[in-house]
Amino acid sequence: MDFGPHLMLATLEGTVIASILVLTAMGLSIVFGVMRVVNVAHGEFFMLGAVLAWYVSKMLGGHPAIGFAAALVIAPLVVGLIAAVSDQLILKRINYDPDRTIVGTIGILFIIQQTTLMTFGPEARPVEAPFNQRLALPWFEFSEGGLQMIWPWGLSITSYKLFVIFAALTVLLALWLFLTRTKIGLIMRATQQDSETAKAFGVPVGTVYSCVFGLGAALAALGAVLVVPIQQAHYLMGADPLLMAFTVVIIGGLGSLPGTVIAAFLIGMSDGIISVFFSPTLAQIIATFLVAMILVFRPQGLMGKAET
Amino acid sequence: MTIKTTKNAVSRRKALLGLGVGAGALATSGLMPGAMGFAQAQSSAPIKIGFQKHATGIGAAYGRWYDATTTAAIQRINDSGGINGRPVEIVTEDDGTDPSRGAEALEKFEKLHSCDVAFGTLFSHVVIGSAPRAAELKLPYFVVSEGHHVASGMLNRYTLQPGITDVKSQVVSMAPFIANNLGKKVTMIFPDFAFGHDHRDFFTQAIEAQGGEVVAKIAIPPTETSFTRYFPSIPRETEVIYHVMVGPAVLTFVKEMGEFFGPSRPELFGFIDSLEAVGIDSPGLEFLESTYFWEGMPRHVQDNQSEAEKTYRAAVGCDDRGASLDDPADVSTYAHMFGCWETLNVIKAGMEAADYQGPQDRTKLIEAVEAMSDMPESLDHPQGAKRFNGKTHQVFGQQFISKVTEGKMVVEHVATIEDGLYEDEVDYTTQSF
Repeated sequence: MDFGPHLMLATLEGTVIASILVLTAMGLSIVFGVMRVVNVAHGEFFMLGAVLAWYVSKMLGGHPAIGFAAALVIAPLVVGLIAAVSDQLILKRINYDPDRTIVGTIGILFIIQQTTLMTFGPEARPVEAPFNQRLALPWFEFSEGGLQMIWPWGLSITSYKLFVIFAALTVLLALWLFLTRTKIGLIMRATQQDSETAKAFGVPVGTVYSCVFGLGAALAALGAVLVVPIQQAHYLMGADPLLMAFTVVIIGGLGSLPGTVIAAFLIGMSDGIISVFFSPTLAQIIATFLVAMILVFRPQGLMGKAET
Repeated sequence: MTIKTTKNAVSRRKALLGLGVGAGALATSGLMPGAMGFAQAQSSAPIKIGFQKHATGIGAAYGRWYDATTTAAIQRINDSGGINGRPVEIVTEDDGTDPSRGAEALEKFEKLHSCDVAFGTLFSHVVIGSAPRAAELKLPYFVVSEGHHVASGMLNRYTLQPGITDVKSQVVSMAPFIANNLGKKVTMIFPDFAFGHDHRDFFTQAIEAQGGEVVAKIAIPPTETSFTRYFPSIPRETEVIYHVMVGPAVLTFVKEMGEFFGPSRPELFGFIDSLEAVGIDSPGLEFLESTYFWEGMPRHVQDNQSEAEKTYRAAVGCDDRGASLDDPADVSTYAHMFGCWETLNVIKAGMEAADYQGPQDRTKLIEAVEAMSDMPESLDHPQGAKRFNGKTHQVFGQQFISKVTEGKMVVEHVATIEDGLYEDEVDYTTQSF
């Protein structure tokens, strides 16, 4: 394939990866920002979202769009609820102690993963996309006859992948409005800035924590429902998104939402483009190297505020 | 961040109590009474076969069906009186589809469970990681892995593959069909580890011998989940795409390949590994219509189905489309799992020929299997006749090429045992035990 169309294909693939990544990383970032909890089980909430999407679409049957639309609502709700309950049952009992929450969430990770293996099984199971047309894309080329439009071999995207990009943007916008324009958002931001003072002003910090933990997990689950018609639901699928989300959150700045968005697109695009032209391994090496450099020279991340 | 050092360690008494309970549980599970009613042999204790299973990790879908086949085969063996008048018991250990855990599993078979032989496992990196340990433990290790590592001489006298053919043999017998019917300029897409490298190396040689060439080789990491970005490396001149992928993302791979090419695809020749445990009628796979697949054993029932195949299919619980009888969406790994059934029957035949009584007879068992040669098609060998090569510890058999025709895989060509033979690369019988 020529360089131009090849680059365009890589950019499109990178944008799809980045769109899913931004939702997953956003969940991780909100949880850390408000609760100061490093949630190692985040990837498993992602996986749970995909698995539930499969169950929902299988149970409803009919046109794939029905099951998919239902999954889009039900899966994040259920996953959010599971997360909120595990916050009440586990994280609250250990007083959100930073070290013990890491061990606690590792425990949650194993419980969710192995329960899925025992019930859902080891297979990768597909969920049908609500719509999936292949759209061939044109490319413009200067030749003797002036500007010409050509249709290069393999340069295409599917309508569903475009939908994923738009859906992710919509969710991001909604999330931003929720955090900045609603009262619940205000309470969450107050808890984030100073939980003790918030408590003194009558904010039920414990409930806010459970809601935030649920919201973080629900965002991961939503990302998974969007991705499951492209990939398949599988009990080990949580590992990669967790690693990528951590990379994004460290580069963007833990707890910083704009930083997370910027970093997600940076990592998603570099993963898409570098792995097309060089190798996927190199893309991972560069991302890891970037994390190391950020930790050395700007530990608070691109947009994070330095701790005083 | 402040680090709190709360010293709330478990008390010593509690720890000892916990250990005691654990040890007790292990001891009880080891004392499970064996099945009764077997003919009086010198020892009526069960023969224990350690089954190394991909219960978790990327091979778990294979592990589950290897388990189902193994259970069915053992039941048949026990129903007909066991081996040398003794019942057979399977001891299962999870290898996590991981080489180091595979070696640990063998160690447990020998030291914890006192197994007579070890058996199982598909993924080549697990076999390659486990085999040296089998030789150290002097534990006969029967693998069902397809890789060329057994016949290449890379492993040892304790490792044998009597139930499934190896990649080199499969590839050698496929190349003439591809070159003569599909095209001579081939792009290969394969997983980036030993099994994929076997495909790459042997197919490149085999197609050149037929006057064709491999125009591009695309290696994909085995844990990859997104594939579109690899496809632009397929050269425009490609006439045939040869694909063989494994792992949980196989369906994504095939689907994205279809989306990449759209209506103007080259010919496709795939190893069914790219779709094991996946229904051919899954959404997004419509473009596979009239493409070709290698199958170790035809997943869909053919018109000329043999009596043995019919009985075997029912015993392992599969319907006419190779899916579970309970759930038509639960597709088996039909093209590979017959290897477990046949390997267990070879172990039985070997133990009977060697009059196997216990671990002291392990070398006699290996020599007895090495002495085997032609095995006719029967219920012991439902995939078809086999020819075992005692020197290379590798079996040879027929191969199937199926064409997807209206959603069904119809066998188009059967390669004979002779088509897949190649020169010996090792003589394990000259190695000392």
